[in-house]
This record gives sequence, structure tokens and C-alpha cells, in this order.
Amino acid sequence: MLFMSFLVFSGVYVIGDPVDILISDEADAEDRQRAIEGLGLDKPFHIQYLTFLGRALQGDLGDSFIFEEPALGLILERMPATLELALSALLIAIVIGIPLGMWAGMRPESKSARVIMTGSILGFSLPTFWVGIMMMMLFAVQLRWLPSTGRGDTVDLLGIDVSFLTLDGLSHLAMPAINLALFNLALVLRLTRAGVKEVVHQDFIKFARAKGVGRRRIVLVHILKNIMIPVVTVLGLEFGGLVAFSIVTETVFAWPGMGKLLIESIGLLDRPVIVAYLTIILLFFVIINLVVDVLYSILDPRVRLQEVKS
Amino acid sequence: MTAAGTSYAGPTLEVEDLQTHFFTKAGAVKAVNGVSFTVAPGEVIGLVGESGSGKTVTGLSIMGLVDEPGRIVGGAIRFKGENLVGASEDRWQKLRGDRIAMIFQDPMMTLNPVLRIDTQMVEAIHAHRQVDKATARAEARDALGLVGIPAPEERLKTYPHQLSGGMRQRVAIAIALLNKPDLIVADEPTTALDVTIQAQIIYEAQQLCRRFGTALIWITHDLAVVAGLADHIAVMYAGRVVEAGTIDDVIDRPRHPYTVGLLGSVPSANKRGQRLNQIPGMAPNLLRLPPGCAFKDRCPRGDDLCLTEPTLQSQPNGRAFRCHHPHEPEGAA
Ligand SMILES: Nc1ncnc2c1ncn2[C@@H]1O[C@H](COP(=O)(O)OP(=O)(O)OP(=O)(O)O)[C@@H](O)[C@H]1O
Ligand code: SF4
Ligand SMILES: [Mg+2]
Repeated sequence: MLFMSFLVFSGVYVIGDPVDILISDEADAEDRQRAIEGLGLDKPFHIQYLTFLGRALQGDLGDSFIFEEPALGLILERMPATLELALSALLIAIVIGIPLGMWAGMRPESKSARVIMTGSILGFSLPTFWVGIMMMMLFAVQLRWLPSTGRGDTVDLLGIDVSFLTLDGLSHLAMPAINLALFNLALVLRLTRAGVKEVVHQDFIKFARAKGVGRRRIVLVHILKNIMIPVVTVLGLEFGGLVAFSIVTETVFAWPGMGKLLIESIGLLDRPVIVAYLTIILLFFVIINLVVDVLYSILDPRVRLQEVKS
Repeated sequence: MTAAGTSYAGPTLEVEDLQTHFFTKAGAVKAVNGVSFTVAPGEVIGLVGESGSGKTVTGLSIMGLVDEPGRIVGGAIRFKGENLVGASEDRWQKLRGDRIAMIFQDPMMTLNPVLRIDTQMVEAIHAHRQVDKATARAEARDALGLVGIPAPEERLKTYPHQLSGGMRQRVAIAIALLNKPDLIVADEPTTALDVTIQAQIIYEAQQLCRRFGTALIWITHDLAVVAGLADHIAVMYAGRVVEAGTIDDVIDRPRHPYTVGLLGSVPSANKRGQRLNQIPGMAPNLLRLPPGCAFKDRCPRGDDLCLTEPTLQSQPNGRAFRCHHPHEPEGAA
């Protein structure tokens, strides 16, 4: 974490000097000097880093150069929007990906399975921003079914603004969520299919059939429980990726989340915001890894035993 | 429902000229190519033969569990008089685990790794009978006790990986017994167990057959087991039954050269208590069976007559063999 913070900080440092953008060309040298001192940019790199670190440990990631507010606050303010988008995308990937993957895995030779698999390759290979723009052209511009940008009406749920509880919000959410979900949908689908294809030929499935257990129970309990282990692991880890990748989707659909803020901040070389964003994302990945570990041990009894032993 | 619940008086199972082939890309693998035998209630038949002779596929055919690319292409499987070849999947599902049960060869692979033992046992009961969960659990626990699993109540709560191979096989056997089937197909059920437990399981199996009139097909490599347990024996080679009869007839007075080879070439008074002998040569490729007798390439008695298929010669008392030049019946007596 410390190492990463150093990497991030120095990375941002070399990107460019924010002073050039922050201060208008007309400002005289004296104004310029005052601004630089005010922002602490006159100090050498290592002093800047240590100052940052000292404050960061107290939960202060610095103030935005642009908004002149704490950077952390700015990010946290936008976080619910991004999380809502990422969670919706995750849900779509699971709800559509697992059944389609199971279908394709049960009948690998069928025509429908081939269509599904070809579709999943598209989901993998088409760039997110391109698909996003195409969707926007089709559904928002041509068909006018869905609004193209923004978040729509939000409702206060436990102190957090959410879109999915209003019809307007939902219609705004639909396109970006699907757009963001596509890659993971394809991933879940292929993982599920591969898992099913492997599990159906196992002896224990045949033995379950030898007991007279019905097809439904075999698919929904015996097969599904086995394939959930890799699917949940990968999805958990991918959730971090969803949050990070929402940068592209948020930019295309002008979704007011952290990703859009990051892109704007990079454009303005607003260093504290960039650093704060990357720190938050890092923290996110660490938490997700922990959650996945816990889920994994719930799903796989073999892991649970090892924990008892150790 | 118990084994004696119906008025049907004939044999529990009659397999007649069963043919199960696998249609692979390379051609049709004739894994089972004319298998016939009969098992009466309370009777044990031993099915022996080298690896790849089609014992497991015969068992799976009787369970209706042959999967693509395999198919039963001929013959009849009459279970209590009802021919199951061509029966609907619904019918099979009703019989499986209830009237006909199977114990698989590899105990490490037969239990689902992510489900607890009780789940896997209770579902076998609930697949066929509407009983409440507590009753089903109690039955499961009793079945574990029956196959000699210590502390069955605790074992119910474990996952398969927490049990040894022998324990898992006993769980599989217990599952097969749960619904008191009329017929059990046991595919090398004791190979993974140590000798004392083997003896115990075999004793239990025998008791069970006597008590409930369960018919038992016991697939094995081990002649000692067959000799101590079975009433009849069917010797398989390349998908066919090449010799069948009572235990005494076949082991003490083998007629078919393959059986003689299995028992060892030197005739001796007591063939019991030994493993199957290695016979020089290779089993034929089931994709391209040679014309005539499939054993010809390895047979010391083979001649030009053997290029034509020998027919099954049936004799009284269920004795049958498939050979042009059988050993003399009084030779080893
Ligand atoms: N799914 C399948 N596809 C193609 N061939 C198969 C398939 N399953 C079994 N066979 C073939 O059927 C033949 C008989 O196999 P089977 O498993 O019945 O032998 P076995 O007598 O049980 O041998 P073992 O003693 O090793 O268990 C083998 O030669 C095998 O190659
Ligand atoms: S038919 Fe001929 S080749 Fe076949 S077992 Fe008999 S003697 Fe041997
Ligand atoms: Mg076998």
C-alpha cells in the first residue's frame, strides 16, 4: 500500500506541472509565485511526498487545486454513482451470464450454444467505448427509447442517492450498466460453460443420477454449486476492474461518478484528486480481495477445513 | 415398497444378448457385444474379466446410464419381466436408486465434493419417497451404521474430502442400500478397501441379499471375492460373456480357454483365493474386432475353425460357454 502510494504519487508528479493550466497566461510572475507557494508546489519532490503521506495517514488526501475542497470528499461524493453502476453491471453479468453459460455447457453441440459462444467473443473483443457509442446512437439517437446521458432522478436511500428506484433513473442507468457489463457477461458466460462442461462428465453427477435424483436438482444443486467456486472468485476480483473500467463508460454516457471526475481531473492536472482516486481504488481492491477470500471459504468446504487445521 | 412387495416370481433380472456400442469419431466401439445372464432374487452373480472387457458398461446399461456417444443397440434388459431397453427417461429415473442401485468403481469420485454426506443421502431418499427430513436423516444414519461406519451421526455432517477412500466407498454402499432395492450393481466396490473391511462388507452384502431378497451383480477382478460371495459367475471377454455357470462349475471345471488362462495354466485342486492371472497378449481393439473368436490371437487352442464365430453352448444349470475347442469337463475335476 505504501509502495503503491509512492508509485502513484511520483507517477502523477511527472505527468505535468499543474501551474501552467491553473494560472492564466496574463498573471504576472509575482501572482504565479504566490500560487505555487500556496499549493506547496515549490518544495522538492520528496518533501511533497512526505507531506502527502503524513496527511494521508490522518485521512487527508489534500485539497483539490480546482475546487479547493478536500479531494477525498469530492471522490466519496461521486462514489455512490459509480458503485451503483458497477453493481448493476455485475448483476447483469451474473443474471444473464450464468444461465446462458449453463445452457451452452449442457448442450455444447447445439446451434443455440454456438450462437451464444460467438456472441461472447464479441463481448470480449469489442472495445467498451465503441459499443457504448453505438448503443447511444441506436437507442438514444435513432430509436429515442432511452436517454443518452446523465443519471436521471435519484432517490435518497439510507443517505445515499440512488437511481435504480425511479423509472427515470432506471432508464438512465440501463445503457451504461449494460455497456459496462458486456465484458464481464462474456467472462462469466465462458467460465460457467467451461465449468459445466467439466462437471457434467464427473462420476459424481452420474452417481447422483444413479440415485434417481431429478434433472432439475442435478443442474441447480450438483452442477451449479461446483461451478460457483471459480465464478465467484473471478467475479469478485473483476468487480474491482468494473469500478476501474467504469471510467470509460462514465465518460461516454456522462455518468457523474468517480471515473468521470478522474478524467476531468487528469485534464486539469488536479493532482490531489488523481492521487485520492487511485488511493481509493487501491483500498477497494484490497477490500475486495478479502471479501473474495471469505466467499471462497464459504463456497468450498475443502478450503474451510484447511483453515481449521492451520 | 420392499423387494417382496410385488407378486412377480421370476428372476429379478434377465439380460439377453445385450449390445452397447459407443459411436466415436473413429468408429463404433463394441464395448458390450452380446452379454446374457440372469439373476434371481437373493442371488449373487460375479462378473469377471480383464480391464476393458465391458463390465462397467454392462452395469451402466442396466442402470440406463450410458451417455452419448454410447447407446444400447440391441438385446433386452428385463427387470422383473419388464424390458427396460427403450424405456422412457422418466421410467428409468423412477427405478434408479429405488429398485436398481449401483455402486461405482472409484470411491474418490462418486460423491459430490461440495455437498455434505447427509445432503447426498437424504436426496436419495427424497427422490423416491415423501418422508420428512428427520426420518430421512435417521434412515441415512442407520444405513451408515449398517455398513460399519463408526459414529454415523457425526459422519453425516462431514464433506467427502474429510473421509478416507474406504469410508467414502462405504458411504456409497450405504446410499445404494437406502431404498432397499431389488437389484444392486456393485462395480468393484471393495477394491479400494483393506482386507478386513472387504470381508466385512462382503458379509454384509450377503446378509442383505438373504434378508431382503436383493439380487446382486458383483463386478470384480478378484476371484477370491467372487468365490466366497457369488452363486454364479459370468466371465467376460471383449464385450461378450464367454463362459458362465455356478461358481463350483466355472472355477473347478473351466471349459473356455480364456477362463482357464485367468485361473492360471497349471490345473490344481483349489483355484479359490487367488487373483486373476495375467494372460500373455493384448485384448483386441474393440473398434476392429477380428472375425471369428475375439480370443483367437491369444488362445493356445485356436485354429482355422476359430475364424468363424463360436456360438454360445448352453447346458443345464445355467452352464454356458462360447468356444469351438472347449476343455473337457472332467479334465480338472
Ligand atoms: N464413453 C466412451 N466412449 C468410447 N468408448 C468407451 C466409452 N466408455 C467405455 N468405452 C470403452 O468400452 C470398453 C469397456 O469399458 P469398461 O469400462 O466397461 O471396462 P471394464 O471391464 O469395466 O474395465 P475395468 O476393469 O478397467 O473397469 C473399453 O474398451 C472402453 O474403451
Ligand atoms: S473358439 Fe477357438 S480361439 Fe476362441 S477360445 Fe475357443 S479355441 Fe480359443
Ligand atoms: Mg470398470
